Amino acid sequence: MRYLSLAQSLTRSSRRIRIAGLVALSACLFAAATHPALAQGTNDWSELQRGLYLSRVGDCAACHTADPEKPMAGKYALDTPFGTIWTANLTPDEETGLGEWSADDFWRAMNEGIRRDGAHLYPAFPYTHFTLISRADSDAIYAYLQSLEPISQDVMEPDFPFPLNIRFVLNGWNLINFEDRSFTPDPERSAAWNRGYYIAEGLGHCSMCHSPKNFTGAVKDGDAAYSGGMAEGWLAPALRPGSGGPGLSDWSKDDLMAFLRHGRNSRTAAFGPMAEVIDKSTRHLTDSDLDALATYILDLPESGEAPADSEAIDTDDPAMQTGALVYATQCSACHGPDGEGIPGQFARLKGSSLTQSSDPTTVVRLVLEGVRSVPTEKYPTPHAMPAFDWKLNDAEVAAVATYVRNAFGNSAPAVTADAVAEIREAQ
Amino acid sequence: MARKLPKREVVIVGFGWTGAIMAEQLTAEGLDVLALERGVWRNTSTDYAVTNAQDEVRYRFRHDLFEQLSRETMTFRNSSDQTALPMRMLGSFLPGTNVGGSGVHWNGITWRFLPSDFVARSHNEERYGPLPEDMTIQDWGVSYEELEPHYTTFEELCGISGKAGNLNGRLQQGGNPFEGPRSKEYPNPPMDMVLAPKLFAEAASGLGYKPFPFPSANMSRAYTNPLGVSLAPCTYCGFCEKFACGNYSKASAPTTILPVLMRRQNFELQTQAMVLRVLKAADGKSVTGVEYITPEGEIIEQPADMVILSTYINHNVHLLMVSGIGQIYDPRSQQGLVGKNYAYQITSGVTVFYDEETHINPFIGAGALGMVIDEFNGDNFDHSGLGFIGGGFIGQTQTNGRPVESLAVPDGTPKFGAGWKKAMRENYGHSVGIGTHGAVMSYRGNYLDLDPTYKDAYGRPLMRMTFDFTENELRMSDYLTDRAVEIAEAMGGREMTVSRRKGPYSIVPYQTTHNTGGHIMGASPADSVTNKYLQHWQMPNLFLTGAGAFPQNPGYNPTGTVAALAYHSAAAIRRSYLRAPGQPMVQA
Amino acid sequence: MAISRRYFLTGASVLALTGGALARSYRGSVPWSSKTARPPSPAGLHQTFFSAEERSVIVAMVDRLIPKDEFPSASEAGVVTFLEDQLAGPYGRGDIYYLQGPFQQGTESQGYQAEAPAILYRQAIADLETAIRKEGTDGFTALDAEAQDDFLTALSEGEQELEHVDAKTFFDRLWEDTQLGYFGDPVHGGNRDMVGWKMIGFPGARYDYRPYIDHNGKALDLPPVSVAGNYQREAN
Repeated sequence: MRYLSLAQSLTRSSRRIRIAGLVALSACLFAAATHPALAQGTNDWSELQRGLYLSRVGDCAACHTADPEKPMAGKYALDTPFGTIWTANLTPDEETGLGEWSADDFWRAMNEGIRRDGAHLYPAFPYTHFTLISRADSDAIYAYLQSLEPISQDVMEPDFPFPLNIRFVLNGWNLINFEDRSFTPDPERSAAWNRGYYIAEGLGHCSMCHSPKNFTGAVKDGDAAYSGGMAEGWLAPALRPGSGGPGLSDWSKDDLMAFLRHGRNSRTAAFGPMAEVIDKSTRHLTDSDLDALATYILDLPESGEAPADSEAIDTDDPAMQTGALVYATQCSACHGPDGEGIPGQFARLKGSSLTQSSDPTTVVRLVLEGVRSVPTEKYPTPHAMPAFDWKLNDAEVAAVATYVRNAFGNSAPAVTADAVAEIREAQ
Repeated sequence: MARKLPKREVVIVGFGWTGAIMAEQLTAEGLDVLALERGVWRNTSTDYAVTNAQDEVRYRFRHDLFEQLSRETMTFRNSSDQTALPMRMLGSFLPGTNVGGSGVHWNGITWRFLPSDFVARSHNEERYGPLPEDMTIQDWGVSYEELEPHYTTFEELCGISGKAGNLNGRLQQGGNPFEGPRSKEYPNPPMDMVLAPKLFAEAASGLGYKPFPFPSANMSRAYTNPLGVSLAPCTYCGFCEKFACGNYSKASAPTTILPVLMRRQNFELQTQAMVLRVLKAADGKSVTGVEYITPEGEIIEQPADMVILSTYINHNVHLLMVSGIGQIYDPRSQQGLVGKNYAYQITSGVTVFYDEETHINPFIGAGALGMVIDEFNGDNFDHSGLGFIGGGFIGQTQTNGRPVESLAVPDGTPKFGAGWKKAMRENYGHSVGIGTHGAVMSYRGNYLDLDPTYKDAYGRPLMRMTFDFTENELRMSDYLTDRAVEIAEAMGGREMTVSRRKGPYSIVPYQTTHNTGGHIMGASPADSVTNKYLQHWQMPNLFLTGAGAFPQNPGYNPTGTVAALAYHSAAAIRRSYLRAPGQPMVQA
Repeated sequence: MAISRRYFLTGASVLALTGGALARSYRGSVPWSSKTARPPSPAGLHQTFFSAEERSVIVAMVDRLIPKDEFPSASEAGVVTFLEDQLAGPYGRGDIYYLQGPFQQGTESQGYQAEAPAILYRQAIADLETAIRKEGTDGFTALDAEAQDDFLTALSEGEQELEHVDAKTFFDRLWEDTQLGYFGDPVHGGNRDMVGWKMIGFPGARYDYRPYIDHNGKALDLPPVSVAGNYQREAN
């Protein structure tokens, strides 16, 4: 049995755990969350379950399951500003996957971003975050991945231009952007906050999307962290108030937990990449982990200066007039004559930070492409917004976007037809 | 030679309202269910969204959501001494195709039948004496009381907007005082009324009637049903009946069941699978599966432990006929039951024209938005001396202001030209239509069988419909029309036109998509095709849902009863059939 | 109403996407994909059906059915463009109609018994031109307005017979199609500038009238919109 050899390798690797105390801590934190007896290797089944759970916390499947028939077999095309990366096969296939990898190899990849053969992994793989996780958690994920059905998959090299196609160059990238970190709980903070930090900053790698990136594509930290970023061409909104807008400042913990659990709450519905995150990851979180994550996120300090309040555009403005007609005839059937939405069904535009975000890309893309809210156990109805790209020209999309950003008490800069044209061309 | 697939526990043919209900119920029981649909998948947001659903040409007149007669149709004649000719274009009724079936483009009026409707023969004979010899109506073999919980289930599934008139035997203000006792109030309050139904209700009240809101599957508010599926409030868009809903506010299989059903791993839907026949066991005592054809022309044999036919009624009947299941009805010998007791409904209308100061704004509409009276339905009134039995409702629904479909001009207007154009301009938006919607009894001479000449695209003989309105129905419709005229006169308009329904029945103008009978249910295999659980008497692993089970057609829209019968059947399958599969649940 | 090039381009690609992506077996979830839609198929700018002679007859006929007054005539409103597009497409071909023989004329209650509408139109125009010429007039367009009306009335009542097709069947189609061209959505080529809707006060392809339920008999005067959008053009 594959797992027997796996257990041996776990035993071997345990000697190399650098921060022994962390294992105890993380086991302790998990005790509240999942199962009391979580010491590694003591119980095959529970170790695998823990690994499965952690792989969900880390949302591994989002990038490593391109084809539902081939779970974790990789070959998902990740578009980055520098080119396309095809994700790795995490199944234990000996030729093309992790079949030859030991738990040590896996830990090195998670902790340092280095492949079994010593080559650097591209930082689209969030080792910059995973470096925070405990060796025990890494081993559990490893154990789970090794228990999967091996699937053979073509290995694809990224289509990066020179010199990025030379992995050695990543040494330089890491020098600037990578810090091998480990997690030390802050005794001043609650257990929930600490656990939330561990999830958000580590496996959860939330800031990969929700923070802006520097010129090398690395996540900005410090004041810029969680002030909003882009993910697959969608705006990942700011999670903290400040330079990126109001963030989640008027969300309650229940709002955020409902959103992460069910994909919807009384104010909005998840769509786009976040819908996938909820479907594959956050909806599986235990109640206490979800609570911890929400506790941490809602406790993020304000970041930088809030952008100056934009003055609402006057209703006499020609774009606002066209926008009002488009809204009344195309949008209000779902979003309501006053932008109030329907709780649990259609998003509220009135007061919505996403609608009023400084970067209108998401609003424009929603109108052009349409979008679906993620169906979940509690909200199985896959309410979807239709695509308007065939129906509204650039000026009309700009007008209705400008309208929803400046009606119902909202205020945000106007959207130009040129901006819409650019977003349309990028599709 | 057909390619044979592995056997499935349940195969459902046709994936509209009842197909989805049966699939939901039986997958909940843990059965492995495969549904076969001749049409394709359709999504609200991509196929009939708020962006493109409002198109009178495309949907109403070019039949985007309706079945394509180039694949299969029927022939039609008024009486058996005529030569039936093919129905080449849809007209009088508009069955759907694709996932969700006709239930995607219905108007959403969701009635319960009267308790006396289920015992039409015994009730009328007892009260009025012997019925005409050629009237072949019969009791259903199921009672209102048996169906009551299933009506409730369907109303809660859909989130019907309405007002109860009889809660557990106690009459309620504002509801239908004639309805059978219901165990629960409607899940949603009635819709807000626009002007036209208010005018109707006021006039009807003045004449002593008790108008009430149509029970409506258009949501009066946001609603989440017991399955957890959510519907949005209706926006009165005026593109409802004959159209699909673009904002999830009309109950249909896709908006109430599919979000949950599709997630179940023991359910599979196969689209573009055109079932050509049901396969019988060699001993003729059960069915073994179905045979279908793919768009490429491959014939697939799909074996099954249990087959449920959930297509529109004419196709259910046709499948029985071309599969050699049961004897086809012959009106001369009175032998055979398949195709017997085909019935329809009879409608008429009165239009009240107002002056140019009164704006009706007819485009503010919904399929089931309106007020109605039930004084003249079923046996809610004494028929002594009237020369007919049965009845219907009289109501005002403001469904739409679509210019071509709903145009109304006063009597005396030229058929076309300058005078017509002027009348169209002056009267659009200034008229209110009252409709009557009446029962049609079953008759020896109204039936379905196979056509000797015409074939469908798959080489099967077309079904042949022989149907006409009879004296009982024309008298009844006239009586209802007279009552409608009295109400119209009290509505204070400038003038009115009266459109009485006259024979012969024509398949050209739209009337209702309420065809019934042909595989009727009953208490005995001597006079029915299925028992009260919609289980075939001779082949107990075959079930037939839909209005084909109706022994005759009461005066109400049928969907509520069609659904209640499906739930009643599903409950019996879950409760008893699965304990003794293949056995009849009612002893002949 | 002009139809933007973008509409054609994106409309076409969207259609292709949907058409190509049709699955057959569904299990596990409700399928959905972004950027898909089934927009109305806009009237083709280059699609013609009638010959020049046929077109002049059709123009003359539809302009008697809906003549010019303060509002445009049928042909001015684009009805002939609408008919051309309809007859050159699935409607004209009768794609969804049952068109297997044998063909024979039945009772009125048995409905349409002609071949595909495109064949019916073409044959009917030829037949009616022949019939009028036999009477010594050079076709329908040479009749005066009153005679044209009389001829159309005779067609509509079946009194004027046509040699190869049922006259009333043709008239019924022509009249319904003319109304659709005048009052149908402009995306199909007729109802130019939504003139038919403006004439009667129909607000077109809107989707939310909740703010107006309590109108209490007052005029609403809502500007009409097409299912194809075109807000800017209408505003200009």
